[in-house]
Amino acid sequence: MEEKLIKDYSSPGRKGYSLPPLEVEESEFNSELSDYLREDVQLPEVSEVDVIRHYTALSEMNYGVDSGIYPLGSCTMKYNPKRNERVARIAALSNLHPYQPEAQLQGSLEILYQLKLDLAEISAMDEITLQPASGAHGEFTSLMIVKKYFEDKEEKRTKVIVPDSAHGTNPASATMAGFEVMEIASNERGMVDLEALAEALDQDTAALMLTNPNTLGIFEEDILKITEMVHEVGALVYYDGANMNAIMGYAKPGLMNFDLMHFNLHKTFSTPHGGGGPGSGPVGVKDFLAPYLPKPVLKKDEKKYYWDQKRPKSIGKVHSFYGNYGIMLRAWAYIKTVGGAGLKKTTENAVLNANYLKSRLKDDFELPYAEDSLHEFVLSGSRQKAEGASTLHIAKRLLDYDQYAPTIYFPLVVKEAMMIEPTETENIETLDHFVETLLTISREIKEDPELVKNAPHSTTVRKLDETEAARNPNLHW
Amino acid sequence: MDYISNTPAERNKMLKEIGLEAVEDLFKMIPKEVKADEQLNIESGISELELMRKAQLTAKKNKSIDQQISFLGAGAYDHYVPGIIDALISRSEFYTAYTPYQAELSQGTLEAIYEYQSMICDLTGMGITNASMLDGASAAAEAVAMGARISRRSKVLLPDTINPAYREVIKTYGAGAELEFINLNSEQEIIDPSLIEKEIDASTGVVVLQYPNFYGSIEKMEEISKIINEDKKVVFVIIANPILLGLLKPPAEFGADIVVGEAQSLGNGLNYGGPNLGFMACKDDRKMLRQLPGRIVGKTKDVEGKEGFVLTLQTREQHIRREKATSNICTNEALNALMATIYLSTMGNTGLREVGEQCYHKSHYLAEKIDQLPGYEVANKDNFIHEFILKVKNKKSSEVLKKLIQQDILLGFDLKRIGQEGILVCVTEKRTKAELDKLIEKLEVL
Repeated sequence: MEEKLIKDYSSPGRKGYSLPPLEVEESEFNSELSDYLREDVQLPEVSEVDVIRHYTALSEMNYGVDSGIYPLGSCTMKYNPKRNERVARIAALSNLHPYQPEAQLQGSLEILYQLKLDLAEISAMDEITLQPASGAHGEFTSLMIVKKYFEDKEEKRTKVIVPDSAHGTNPASATMAGFEVMEIASNERGMVDLEALAEALDQDTAALMLTNPNTLGIFEEDILKITEMVHEVGALVYYDGANMNAIMGYAKPGLMNFDLMHFNLHKTFSTPHGGGGPGSGPVGVKDFLAPYLPKPVLKKDEKKYYWDQKRPKSIGKVHSFYGNYGIMLRAWAYIKTVGGAGLKKTTENAVLNANYLKSRLKDDFELPYAEDSLHEFVLSGSRQKAEGASTLHIAKRLLDYDQYAPTIYFPLVVKEAMMIEPTETENIETLDHFVETLLTISREIKEDPELVKNAPHSTTVRKLDETEAARNPNLHW
Repeated sequence: MDYISNTPAERNKMLKEIGLEAVEDLFKMIPKEVKADEQLNIESGISELELMRKAQLTAKKNKSIDQQISFLGAGAYDHYVPGIIDALISRSEFYTAYTPYQAELSQGTLEAIYEYQSMICDLTGMGITNASMLDGASAAAEAVAMGARISRRSKVLLPDTINPAYREVIKTYGAGAELEFINLNSEQEIIDPSLIEKEIDASTGVVVLQYPNFYGSIEKMEEISKIINEDKKVVFVIIANPILLGLLKPPAEFGADIVVGEAQSLGNGLNYGGPNLGFMACKDDRKMLRQLPGRIVGKTKDVEGKEGFVLTLQTREQHIRREKATSNICTNEALNALMATIYLSTMGNTGLREVGEQCYHKSHYLAEKIDQLPGYEVANKDNFIHEFILKVKNKKSSEVLKKLIQQDILLGFDLKRIGQEGILVCVTEKRTKAELDKLIEKLEVL
């Protein structure tokens, strides 16, 4: 450990806080309540300076988008504009209680309403809920909408179809919504195998979940055929919005005949990922599914914006309040700043950057799918593995060169996968540097595989023992 | 402003490397039927100055709670947030990082989560805590689903003294897992333990209680705990408010199997209800651990024997286990957990207790004074911590609320919203004696 735990700074009696005096008389705890008082807690006793120094030291052992390239495939780690942070910290926009009267919140509701309209425009969906707090939460919400829709139609449909290249959240969300998951294999071009799909589709099918472009970065060119096939058996098609950064301004899920979808504001719309969250996962639906959206739904009449609570067919609530509002403010600021034409340019540059990287790397690393790809692409480290170091080792070696690693061992359809998504905000020097580093590592594997296999060498800790961590869990001090 | 660094010349150089003429050629695989022909119908981008002006102008249509005196609680709490929290979480190495997949370059996030897990274990008395959940309500819903999996029973007892929004979310999730809910209706501010005794049977998998409950009162925890413990299979879920756990006994002492709740109160602002911070802790038991949703950080050693931290026990999670995972959760509320960790470090033992005590004394001062006024009654005056039910006689609650709003006072949560009489009033350490006296004075003359 480079930096000791905060509790190890503790010194009895040390204080890092101050509160105003109580002012009122103390009230006795009656006999019943006093039974519930605890002896003590074991929190650290530290000063304000101790806290500042400790967490500053921890931040120095971290790496964010502001530190350098973050090429995690399907995670869209683009630059997080600082002006969005300023907007989210405006007191009159943030210091609001969820149960204040709507008349006191018209500014915020106007912002949320504009965000809804913009998301609907980008996706060609008709109605939007902002309530889901993450992408997976949006998936679950969507599948509950699917479930409720068929219950309403008195149709018993039990199955959800998911391609084998799908994000793990897809099948997990389907299970949580009470569906059986059926996985279908991709074809040799990395796309949905239409024959496998036809075979899987039947009257029990409730939905197909699809990411387009898929996790290989490949656009499903038969998308209209796919959505038609699903609709023919009476099932719905769900769009996983994780890869929206590949098509924004160029294509719309609604035009592909998807019935519902989720967005990731923390990917496509540049809100920071916070070391794992918070995110925000709004859901968009076509009109016929709007009655099933989680309640309340944001509406507008001639005079005001308001939350429509009377939603008799709603799936119910999925969040205590209205979702991750603070994240929505940032996404709103981003869309306003970049504008309609800017969003399209964003997509173009995201796709250009990815294709440039692919072009420069495809001779030295195996490219399992030759198909044209959009904002991300998948390489395989199998050639390097045969030479002595696996994809995991390559990833760890990248850290020695002060760059984050791509998503690895995903999608599952590629052996030794490296899924690379540079995003539009990286410049050509950064991309070239990333390429040169990977080429250097590839050379190192030929010359001195042990050097790569033992990486990382220069990080605050070296390779950590994950097996031991799982075998003998040490989960708190 | 589009945040693109590359110039047209650089873009052309890149296109040449790829072997294409124009950027549009990159999109030629998209069938024309699904292509958006026209430009997006979204206004052109604006500068930072214009953005800030627009945001400030729009903000003027709001009235924030610091422009009035707020007694609103009911699941979102206006506590003091030390200034150092925003200073520290504004370090971009924290807030612009992703989930710590590459542990060796993410030790800051990982160590902070380990500290968070340790502090939540301490507050709740539980043995295991995960890295966070989306919010209190979804944490409660996932705890109920986890309890049903562990007990392999589908009946869930749900008293109406639990936050109504939580009950709704629990039921939404429960519809997915096909659980059966038995609503227990209280006559007063707490649930009658005999109702639980009557309803609990061999098909009951989960019993849920809130501590303190939605009305700010403490249930008969010991008595109910005994009833639940008679059947070892029943999973006892307690929803707790962590800021009060500096003062109140840890839920583990009542035999909780899973403890969840909303930790927004710990150093996170209100933000109109999100992002919030769900927490989830369970007993130190392998069977429980295997069913726990969410990410977990563990301490381990590197190849040189140096201690460090990793995401661990990932075989429960969606990216490995897919449809057999314990949950679909992927993104959580890591930055909010960091805020809670900094808060708890800053406040320490004495600070957290003092916050709890100030809430208690101030709310009791207010309740006692109001209860003495003619026309008002505090329904749970003998049993509450920092929220109480105010009943208004001879007048409509809605009128009292409305009149006070005109005088810059938000008296509380109108229980009419959930079909009940009264107003739920919350007092935190932020309220001053002058503010409390002002409210008392206004109520007296209404």
